[in-house]
Amino acid sequence: MVSGAAAPIVGLMTEPVLTFTDRGIYCPAGDFFIDPWRPVDRALITHGHADHARPGHTHYLATDAALPVMRHRLGEITAQGIAYGETRQIGGAQVSFHPAGHIPGSAQIRVEVAGEVWVVSGDYKTTPDGLCEPFEPVRCHSFISECTFGLPVFKWHDQRSVASEINAWWAANRAAGRFSLLGAYSLGKAQRLLSLLEPQGPILTHGAVEATNAILRDQGYTLPDTTHVTPALNPKEVPGALVIAPPSALGSQWARRFRPASTGFASGWMRLRGIRRRRAMDRGFVISDHADWDGLHAAIRDTGAENIYVTHGYTDIFARWLNERGWNAQVVPTEFGGEEEDSAPAEAAE
Amino acid sequence: MKDFAALFSAIDQTTRTTAKTKALAEYFGHASDDDKLWTIALFSGRRPRRAVTTTDLRAWAAEEAGIPLWLLEDCYPIVGDLAETIALLLPPPETVSDLSLSHWIGELRALHDIAPEDRPARIRAAWAQLDETERFLFNKLITGGFRIGVSRKLMTRALAEATGQDEAVLAHKLMGSWTPDRTSYHALIEAEDPAADQSRPYPFYLAYQLDDPAAELGSPQDWQAEWKWDGIRGQVILRGGETHVWSRGEELMTDRFPELTRAADFLPMGTVFDGEIVTWDGTQPMPFNSLQQRIGRKTVPKKLLKEAPVILLAYDLLEDQGQDLRDTPLRDRRARLEALLADLPPEAPLRASPVIGFDSWDGLAQTRAEARAHRAEGVMLKRRDSPYLSGRKKGDWWKWKLEPLTVDAVMIYAQQGSGRRANLFTDFTFAVWKGNELVPFTKAYSGLTDAEFDRITTWVRRNTQARFGPVRQVTPEHVFEIAFEGIHESPRHKSGIALRFPRMARWRQDKPIDEANTLEDLRDMLSTYG
Repeated sequence: MVSGAAAPIVGLMTEPVLTFTDRGIYCPAGDFFIDPWRPVDRALITHGHADHARPGHTHYLATDAALPVMRHRLGEITAQGIAYGETRQIGGAQVSFHPAGHIPGSAQIRVEVAGEVWVVSGDYKTTPDGLCEPFEPVRCHSFISECTFGLPVFKWHDQRSVASEINAWWAANRAAGRFSLLGAYSLGKAQRLLSLLEPQGPILTHGAVEATNAILRDQGYTLPDTTHVTPALNPKEVPGALVIAPPSALGSQWARRFRPASTGFASGWMRLRGIRRRRAMDRGFVISDHADWDGLHAAIRDTGAENIYVTHGYTDIFARWLNERGWNAQVVPTEFGGEEEDSAPAEAAE
Repeated sequence: MKDFAALFSAIDQTTRTTAKTKALAEYFGHASDDDKLWTIALFSGRRPRRAVTTTDLRAWAAEEAGIPLWLLEDCYPIVGDLAETIALLLPPPETVSDLSLSHWIGELRALHDIAPEDRPARIRAAWAQLDETERFLFNKLITGGFRIGVSRKLMTRALAEATGQDEAVLAHKLMGSWTPDRTSYHALIEAEDPAADQSRPYPFYLAYQLDDPAAELGSPQDWQAEWKWDGIRGQVILRGGETHVWSRGEELMTDRFPELTRAADFLPMGTVFDGEIVTWDGTQPMPFNSLQQRIGRKTVPKKLLKEAPVILLAYDLLEDQGQDLRDTPLRDRRARLEALLADLPPEAPLRASPVIGFDSWDGLAQTRAEARAHRAEGVMLKRRDSPYLSGRKKGDWWKWKLEPLTVDAVMIYAQQGSGRRANLFTDFTFAVWKGNELVPFTKAYSGLTDAEFDRITTWVRRNTQARFGPVRQVTPEHVFEIAFEGIHESPRHKSGIALRFPRMARWRQDKPIDEANTLEDLRDMLSTYG
């Protein structure tokens, strides 16, 4: 499925370490798939987001830290856990998982066959967020990288400055007698935001967010105290509260009990004014769990890889840029998030 | 620039009109007169003279950002705004300064007087001391089109709050051809100026569409009905020996419609008409496409003057003998209008737009159904005792348009929008059947909800068959009901027809593509309505 030239071949190997099939990224030597989008026998999963961890596979392998959320989201699955850095032999392939810094438990997957190393990035960010296991560069020959934000207009500000923006917004809303309704994806972004809030009043959560909170707390991740919004909750008793909910809930009946309110949305897409305005929220906070332009470059450089396969995001543009800068870069079509805003459809259902 | 940037942020960070008005009123309360004047200018569609071309600006920005030009060009449609794209790409500023909005506008103006090779350095020096938001605004001053969520109406209201002046009076002061280069805040806003700009138009009174049953408007005797023409709304002003023609978009169009200047040969000075500019065949308006040929031309060739002559179908008299009539009831204004225009010879470029007599709402509904035969889009309803208000107001004027014509068509091409619609597929090309072939016949951009655009965007990405630059050819699968106001012959289009104001009325997810209309259906409509 690689467009254009076939994947590079090292030594006398007749088959590349990883190939691109219509079911997903496949390792012939180990007979397994990585983040496949159609049901397969053996699936290695980088992280629990819906476009990477899909239902219907016979066997799952993921980091110990990623599994609890996956079990919660996928129900009964046959799954094995693996520690970060631990090496496991699967058929003719040696496999290990390394922190991707995207969300708690997220991993890049390193696959080595006969001395040749490929790494699948999954989703990643290079700057530490204080909550999830920080990104770790892994040396390899070929790197399969996401590039959701692979344009030079995407540059993130320091996390502390975004945190103070959010805290100041909350404080101003409290002073004005308003609720602060903050939209964020229920797995990852919501918990990262929670960890950035300065305690200044009650923090309320939507059920989808709270379910993930409970799982992560059990695993030992530190989150501030939160209150699950139930029908019994009387908004009058929690004036000035900050409410975290998936974006789809913010426009729904569910959010209407919190009035008056200022609405905000936290996402890398908020960097673009057009998208910010389309969301029709009062505030857009630019904070992402994906690497920005500089982060993508740092990651690619630090792998030492010559061959770069770019998947979801601005792939055509990013690949052209990499090729001009001396890499051998190709676009690989996948069914991950794609060019869409990072709203996994599963979010709406929760 | 800091306080102007803070104003922008305050406006940009809220969706509430009251909060925007408050922020703007506060700004008008403390900004310098020069900054206020420029802020009023920018939010009423005025802009500094273009100092550099956007081609140059792109090249300098790419160089400053350390990226090839193609990469900047590729980012632009995704961001949707050139000023913003550049602001996001530039490296962080080296120093900070707090020079005023009018300082930076002065700096841009000064570029005209320096050698072209010295200009990039001046722009770079500006970028080097402005933060991201300030750069965006600075770039906006260069690229023009200062639309940042503040309508002129909102700005006028804020100015009224800040100055304590009446909103309608201010709206009138802000009309016309003033520029910040040739006036001052004091002269424009504060001074009592009896010798106001002779060409200054009155703010137009705009009607809402009537959605409720007409019978709810009360007794027919209280209402005046007229045809709603499909032309250009305009004001013809006779003052100081000259004629001035203004469009509703406040563009001075006197040169485009030289026929209308002859009004001065037939009518006294101190007269202002509101009406519809239409092309005229001697007895009725010609189809809109003949007027379209006239709109685009600043100077009109003789042949076109002959083929597509314009007149004003006047429906209101705003000034008579130098006296502002806007507070006079419509019935009296109408009487004076008719008296003025009654005895004009046929070669005069003005006529009174006729009043439609009716004694019941049902009767009027029947007359309205014949609107297309009169080359009208429907009827206007105006309360006989109403004054001439300013802006769009409910209650006294209503437009009661015909239901639009519709066809079911298949989407075949899609293209991304810009600005608020950047990154979203919103611009579509539609086709109808000609035998087994789908023939494109119109584009449409509006009519769907944001949620529908989101869904269709996801679908387009997964169903792209080919790309032609920014245009994607998609699998013919979706049928949309296209609504439009008129249809006419057009040799320039492959289908041979062109539509007036096409938009998507509905996404017909219930319809398979073989149930879409045919080119023959469109030809039938053309012979009935064209």
